[in-house]
Amino acid sequence: MANTPDYSWPPREKRKVIGQRIKRVDGPMKSTGRARYASDTKVKDMLYGVYKACPHAHAKVTSVDTGDAEKMPGVKAVHVMAPAGTEIQWQGWEVAAVAATTEDQARDAARAIKVEYEVMPHLVREDDLSKAGSRARQGGEQHQGDPDKAFQEAETVSEGEYGIPVVTHCCLETHGQVVQWQGDNVAVWPSTQNVTQYAGTLGGDLKVPATNIKVAMDYIGGGFGSKFGPDAWATVAANLSKKAGGRPVRLFLERDMEQMIAGNRPSVFAKIKIAGKKDGTITGWESASWGTGGFQQSGPPPQPYIYRADPLNYRSVHTSVSVNAGASRAWRAPGNQQASLLTCCAIDDFAAKIGMDPIEVFKINARYAPAARVDLYRIQLDTAAELSDWKKLWHPRGQSGSGAVKRGMGVAIGAWNGMGHTSQCRTTIHPDGSVLVEIGTQDLGTGTRTVITQVAAESLGLNISQIKLAIGRSDQPPDNASGGSTTVGGVSTSTRKSTVNALAKLFETVAPSLGAQPEDLEAVGGKIQVKGTPAKSLAWKDACRKLGTSSISEMGTFNGRDGGNLLTGGAGGAQVADVSVDTETGIVKINKYVAVQDCGLVINPKLAESQVYGAITMGIGTALFEERIMDQQTGQMLNADMEFYKLAGIADIGEIVVHMDIRPENDSRGVIGLGEPPAIPICAAISNAVANAIGVRVPRIPMTPDHVLNALEGRNA
Amino acid sequence: MSSKKGFSRRGFLSGVGIGTGALGTGLLERAAEAAPAGATVAGPGPVPITLNVNGKPVNLTVEPRVTLLDALRDHLDLTGAKKVCDRAVCGSCTVIVNGKSVYSCTMLAIDAQGKNIETIEGITSPEKMHPVSQAFWDNDAQQCGYCTPGFVMACKGFLDEHPNPSPDDVKHGLGGNLCRCGTYMGVRAAVLQAAKTMKGGAKNG
Repeated sequence: MANTPDYSWPPREKRKVIGQRIKRVDGPMKSTGRARYASDTKVKDMLYGVYKACPHAHAKVTSVDTGDAEKMPGVKAVHVMAPAGTEIQWQGWEVAAVAATTEDQARDAARAIKVEYEVMPHLVREDDLSKAGSRARQGGEQHQGDPDKAFQEAETVSEGEYGIPVVTHCCLETHGQVVQWQGDNVAVWPSTQNVTQYAGTLGGDLKVPATNIKVAMDYIGGGFGSKFGPDAWATVAANLSKKAGGRPVRLFLERDMEQMIAGNRPSVFAKIKIAGKKDGTITGWESASWGTGGFQQSGPPPQPYIYRADPLNYRSVHTSVSVNAGASRAWRAPGNQQASLLTCCAIDDFAAKIGMDPIEVFKINARYAPAARVDLYRIQLDTAAELSDWKKLWHPRGQSGSGAVKRGMGVAIGAWNGMGHTSQCRTTIHPDGSVLVEIGTQDLGTGTRTVITQVAAESLGLNISQIKLAIGRSDQPPDNASGGSTTVGGVSTSTRKSTVNALAKLFETVAPSLGAQPEDLEAVGGKIQVKGTPAKSLAWKDACRKLGTSSISEMGTFNGRDGGNLLTGGAGGAQVADVSVDTETGIVKINKYVAVQDCGLVINPKLAESQVYGAITMGIGTALFEERIMDQQTGQMLNADMEFYKLAGIADIGEIVVHMDIRPENDSRGVIGLGEPPAIPICAAISNAVANAIGVRVPRIPMTPDHVLNALEGRNA
Repeated sequence: MSSKKGFSRRGFLSGVGIGTGALGTGLLERAAEAAPAGATVAGPGPVPITLNVNGKPVNLTVEPRVTLLDALRDHLDLTGAKKVCDRAVCGSCTVIVNGKSVYSCTMLAIDAQGKNIETIEGITSPEKMHPVSQAFWDNDAQQCGYCTPGFVMACKGFLDEHPNPSPDDVKHGLGGNLCRCGTYMGVRAAVLQAAKTMKGGAKNG
């Protein structure tokens, strides 16, 4: 065809399905327990795999004896990954694995494997940089302008120390998969954020062509950035399967291993100085930070965060500490929570020092934000203030009355780029009128199935119940990893293109019977009609019948770049926490939490709000409770479980208020992913609210009673 | 009851080689004292048991150490209940036993004999949704959905005992379940909606 079809979104007032608060399409499966997750997979003759892991933080394996284990009841395969000579760098390192008929038999056998170690010295804590010695490596300095001059000329200089510890992803479905390696073929049922690329990566590890690997996943029980690749356990399970004569092997991590080795967010601690004027303008920034991403080096979070455009003068330097503990992975907005905490707490301390309302200080310094978001932040900060009753409830730091329970307000900001990942979609329209949409993507619970269905229904003028959607298979059109809030942009663009392309083919077929040209037709309300002329129309089924015996099958491709106005990135947000702190017990309670969220075209406001509620809830957990606690004496993680690694519960989150900024000017920007943007500012807003309540900064997240009481009594945490 | 099946709690304890002294003076010891004299030792190998699941007796053969959760998931393919923390913290494995919400990860299958076990598969289905499931769907009280079956069962168990909960009651009543995606705002609304519909009151959607 000479003309490229018009893929742009229909105008707001014409949309019938996009923008509707449609309930998630997989809701009935989930709320009745019928959704089958990777870990629910049952394959005939399936064996259970269990790991033997190293209990030491740093050791050399001197011997591995699997003799007894191999003779145990039910054992079908034993595989050693860390033979004698292997140097182990963290607790939980996988030494060997067993596959047996039952899980308990596999566990008994794993216990019977005898491993001897030469225990070596370890470092597992990084919070005190002076004890890191040669494990600390300072990176290059980042700077802009003339920070020394800014500090010399400053009317005020504020200083503070801040920190955010390692937290774990703690997905409720642990990492793992069922694998069957039979002859030249591998079938795998993984819990993964990346169905499309799983086969290629696993194939590389197993030396099996990707074409011979079949990947299938219907539901995943949480990922948050920790489930991108097949991981070592897929290779191990495949090897066990092969050794067991091709019987399928289920290998999912147990909770303690999940906490130790399956992903965490790097820590950051920092000493920060801010130079500024008494009118609230910041002129200079200096920070020295350190943190760990595990044994490997970790990069610095951007400092200062968001507010860093010229003419701000800044200097920052980061030291990465290598510790003997499980490696970090991408964690819902990598680097950004840490960056937001350091920057927004330091700005809040600067505001307190000059006796100004921090919202005013954040608004004044929005001049340093990227140009497109300067006004946005000012508007959002005002909206957040209004929704949180800030003017009434805020008070100068520490002036919170005489009772033991003090109330305080805190503000913070965030931003995330997002955009869309590469995605291909195939739409098939059959002569009977049924429609199949296929994408090799995955729905992490973000609502991906629902938004694809809505986009397809909108394009074709149908109801969502008329669209059959297939996702989660490696033989479907390739999509990409669900990470970085790129999924909705990618899949909605490819789906839009694919459905518009398929519809154009249908128009070509039915145009003669309507006495019109294909380009004069539209699909509205279950009909194909001449534009604006409902009298000249064919019902959808009648139109499709004209296809005779051949179905239409059309692709839609998004290359990750040229999406026009279909999608964009760069969502900002401002959030306010309202907390009460009991100064006798140190307990922090969330009264109310307000999130003002920038967004673009919102395909489903109900599910978009859920994303924000979820991000805030998760953030409250990290702000109040979550921390990977390492013991330097033994090298052990003390809370590799869910009793002492505490997530927020239903009573811990106060009232969450979500304000989605759905306006025509935002709508015209296109679709924006909302997984990460709202997840960023929470620790900072809550830390600032606690400081406002009790009059002193609690330097380190989480805001546990211990940390709060130490700060109140002037002890270093 | 259990002696009829050929084993007892005391049998289980000696069978797996745990001295009662190690268990202190807790519930298990008292139960063991109450066990009938001459009870047979069960295990450690697999033993036949009968569970009453969703109104039907089912026979299976499990080692005495197998939890109710593993029996449901691995032996009966009832995978709605999930294994998450595996030590009675998160509630993802919640089922209802004799009318009470129970963490099935922390109850032995052999101890669940003679009791009325309800799993999510028995109370609701996509075709015929229980009002609690319906309310979870309506209020988007689910994201990844892995914790959802446990929440639905805990919610049913809670509403069976507290048909008129206040919002504060909900925060306490559902405090034994954890969600990582952060669906609590939806869960709170869902519980209140389900309370209304289960009483046959306002049919709000």
